[in-house]
Parts: sequence; C-alpha cells; structure tokens
Amino acid sequence: MAKTILEFEKPVVELEEKLAEMRKVSGNFDLTDEIKLLEDKVIKLKESIYKGLTRWQRVQLARHPERPYSLDYIYLMTQDFIELHGDRLFKDDKAVVGGFARIDDYKVMIIGQQKGRDTKSNIYRNFGMPNPEGYRKALRLMKLAEKFNRPVITLLDTPGAYPGLEAEERGQAEAIARNLLEMSQLKVPIIVVIIGEGASGGALGMGVGDRILMLENTWYSVISPESCSSILWRSWDYKEQAAEALKLTSSDLLDLKIIDRIIPEPLGGAHKNHEEAAIMLKKALTEELSQLIKIKPDKLVETRIEKFGKMGAYVE
Amino acid sequence: MAWFRRTKENISPETQKKDLPDGLWEKCPECGEILHKKQIESNFWTCTKCSYHFRIGADEYIRLILDEGSFKEMNKKMKSADPLGFVDTKRYSDRIEQTIKNTGLFDAVKTGTGTINKTEVAFGCMDFKFIGGSMGSVVGEKLARLADKAAKSRIPLIIVSASGGARMMEGALSLMQMAKTSARLSVLDREGIPYISIMTDPTTGGTTASYAMLGDINIAEPKALIGFAGPRVIKQTIGRDLPEGFQKSEFLLDHGFVDKVVHRKDMKHTISQLLELMT
Ligand SMILES: [Zn+2]
Repeated sequence: MAKTILEFEKPVVELEEKLAEMRKVSGNFDLTDEIKLLEDKVIKLKESIYKGLTRWQRVQLARHPERPYSLDYIYLMTQDFIELHGDRLFKDDKAVVGGFARIDDYKVMIIGQQKGRDTKSNIYRNFGMPNPEGYRKALRLMKLAEKFNRPVITLLDTPGAYPGLEAEERGQAEAIARNLLEMSQLKVPIIVVIIGEGASGGALGMGVGDRILMLENTWYSVISPESCSSILWRSWDYKEQAAEALKLTSSDLLDLKIIDRIIPEPLGGAHKNHEEAAIMLKKALTEELSQLIKIKPDKLVETRIEKFGKMGAYVE
Repeated sequence: MAWFRRTKENISPETQKKDLPDGLWEKCPECGEILHKKQIESNFWTCTKCSYHFRIGADEYIRLILDEGSFKEMNKKMKSADPLGFVDTKRYSDRIEQTIKNTGLFDAVKTGTGTINKTEVAFGCMDFKFIGGSMGSVVGEKLARLADKAAKSRIPLIIVSASGGARMMEGALSLMQMAKTSARLSVLDREGIPYISIMTDPTTGGTTASYAMLGDINIAEPKALIGFAGPRVIKQTIGRDLPEGFQKSEFLLDHGFVDKVVHRKDMKHTISQLLELMT
C-alpha cells in the first residue's frame, strides 16, 4: 500500500528524507554533527506542528489509513485473544469484533469497531459501519462478560452506524438504544476508548461506560464535520469551520467533562508507531482496570448513571 | 374532554371562507382538502377527509392526552447555555433567543405531571417547532428528571417524541443526552415502572436511537416518519429509490419495532387502557 502523507506532515517527511540521505552518505564523510543537528530539527518541527494542529487536521489524523485499528491494538496488547462471532439473531457483523482476552493479569472481554485497511478489507468490514446485528453482537458479548464477571473494554472507531435500507428494517435505532440502556445497568466495569473516529450514535451505541478515554488524535461528536457543514451551511465546503464549531477533539472533550483521560500518542500520531501506541493504550487500561475492579457492582452501576447524568449545560 | 366536541354550527369551507380572516384555513398536505382551523382542531388535528395527522405542538398533545387542567409543568424555564459558543451561519445563542421569542417555548420539550382518566402519570412532550425538536442538554436533562420523578413517585412515564434528532450546536454534549436519558430509563426498567413511548411525525436520529425506542410499549401515530438515518442519506448510500412507505409507522409495525399504530382520536383511550392493564 502506498504511504499516505497528509498535507501538514509533508515538511516533516521532507526533513526525514534528507536525514536518511545524509545517513547513507555518512559512511564516506564524518557528518555526525550535521546529522545530530538535523535530528533535533526534525523533533522540534514535529513538536511545533503537532501541538498547533487545527481541529480539522486532528480529524484527518483520526482517519489516517495507516492508523492502528481495533484488531491491531488487540493483537499488540493482549494475550490469548479468542474472537467470538455472531449476534445469535441474524448474522455476524464484520464491522464489530470481540472476544475474551488477557491484558497482563486481567481477563477481559474486548470489543471493537473494525475498519478495513484496503478496498477489499474495507468492503468486508463495511468501512467500520455497524449494522444492527453489530450492536446486538456487542451486547451479547457484554452480557457474556457480565455472566462470567469479566470487565468490558470497547474500542470505538467508526464513521457512523450504517445508513442502509436493511439496517433500518432491522431496527438500527432500536439496537443502539437497547445498548445504551443495557450498558447502563451492566454489573461489570466498562472502559470505553475512542481510538479513531467517534461518529455520533454509531460510536455511542458501544460507548456507555465507567471510564471514557480518548487517544490524543481522535474525534468524538454528534455528527461528522462534513455532514454538519452540509446541513448547517448547506454546502460541503465548510468542514473546517464545522470541525472548529463542534469542538470535537480529545482536549475539547476533556474540557467539556465528557471524557476522563487523554491517552498520548507517539509523536506524529499513532500511525507512526503502532507498537508504542499499543503500549500507551495498554498502560492506561491496566491503570483504570486496577481501580474499577475494586468497586462493587451496584455502586458501579449507580456511579455510571450519575456520570452521564452530569453531562450537559443549561441554565435554570 | 369538552374541547374537542364538534361545535354546533357545521363549518363548511365553501360557504364561509371568504367571510373569515386569513390564517384560519389550512390545506391538507395529503389530500388537498381545505379545512378550517377549528374543524381540524375538533377532529383531533387530523384531516376530516383522509385522516392526515397535522403536526401539532406540546400544548396540543397535553390537551389531547391529559385530563383537562391536570398538567403541572416542571423545570419550565430551563434554557440552553450554548456550551460551545457555537456559530454557523448564525450564532446559536441568537437562534435560541429568537426561537424562544417566536414559539413561546423555552426548549424542545415540556415535562411535568398530569392525569389520564384520573391516573397520575409523568408526561413529557417534544415540540418540533423548537429547532426541529432537536435534543440538546435541556431536552436530555428535563427528560432525565422526568424519569426520576416517575421512579420516585412510582407513576408511569409517557413521552411523546417529535424530533429530527440530536442538536448539532451542542456537539458531543447533545450526543451524551442519548446516554443520559437511556441510563435513567434503565432505572425505571429495573424498578418495573411502565414507560410508554409515543412516536409522532417525525421521530429520527438520536431521539429514536435512545428514549423513543425504549418504551415497554412503543406506539406510533399513523404514517409518521420514524427511523435512525434520514431517507435522503439512505437514498444516497444505496443509490436507488426507497420503497413506498419506507420508515413510516406501518413499516415499523410490520418489522416489529412498534406495538401499535394508533389514530390520535384513540390515543388517550389506548394509553389509559394499557395503564389499566399494566399497573
Ligand atoms: Zn386530507
């Protein structure tokens, strides 16, 4: 697959290429000082670029085609993952994956929304857009976790619930709504992590939990910037403005008190180093798990309901 | 329910139209019949010829479903705080103030308590007039408190939905209202307190994908548009025309997502009978 380079990544890539070139010829001359200088320059440039990204640029990073997806994280940070299939009602939704696994000493149920990496796998995964059976599969696995007293981890990464004819026939709205209700009452810990795109009800349908975490370069909102632009500006051309207006980045959501924690990514984004990104995610998960498993089930449920109860802003 | 009884003098559009001031006549969007406002009102805001259900607001539903004068509103003046300082082609804060002025409503839902044939209920009703009945923090908070009231007083909950979905101008906070309301409904569910959801035209997006679909009993008005994705988006996705009646109440009944399609004239009686049988 050809490397995807976003517009704002170009200056970094150019410097990195220059650095590689210099290293290649350094066998013939002593370029140690020059190389050191350039290395520092690359780091400084990266830091300045990635600190100052616009919201729209963060959205682009969240959608980067080389970003790690749910299964990448699952394979990189868990052991003994056994994938389970099907909602026992209609079929197995390939846009949702899940199963039992171990993260260090914790036995967990891990469920993720799954995108594909190329055209073929994207068609297989329906571009990460679940149908109702995806939400029902996730619920089935969560109930299984509850039955055997295992914490649940959900990884969210979807451009939205699939807006298809059959999805409506099979009750897309009901499937999402049912999950919101059932996840509110689930008697085991739930940790939700936005690892890429958190588009609206499609993401939230697996997103009720005791801890809501976001990777640094991800977005989570009620609508995508493009759709928001098309509805409120009646044109597709205002996606940058819409992204700004929606306040959809991880730091925005921390300010809005919707999420509990931002998980840092490797410099330049999770796509630059999958292994390092997985280590950072795993660290956050084990820290949260160690806290949550101590809480009694009734208290857990009560606190979870209160947590979502506090979200919102109004004047009386 | 004296308010809906037919008035003595039978109003006929042909003879009286020219004598009456403008704005009192309405054309049925379904069959084209010209009807006098009072005629529509006395017929439960439905067309006398084809039964088309005109879009009505929260006040009309309160009159339609609750016993006369029994409604006691809660949190009436709760208003949006514009948490994002949202601006599109207009400031959201201006949009709010203007809509409050134009509609006399403070947001897209009215909540409170009332009686249905003397049975006390917690009653919430959305109003499409207020920014398309969109659900933001105020709608979420008022409905959550209404569910708490039903739980605390152990009275049935009834919510009438009319909504284009979650309100974009409050971003992720609007989205979280889906979780907030569903979480509070889960308490009613656990406690065995009945919740009847009534879906009217239109009920779509995040509203459908949260409280509207979670009734112990889901009721729809005839021919209401009910769905998650909008028909335009679905048509774009699949690249072909949608079948006749797609995402209408009768379609949802057929696919098993609503229990009953009920004409407005029978709504109060149906709810009353259900509550009688369930409680
Ligand atoms: Zn008509």
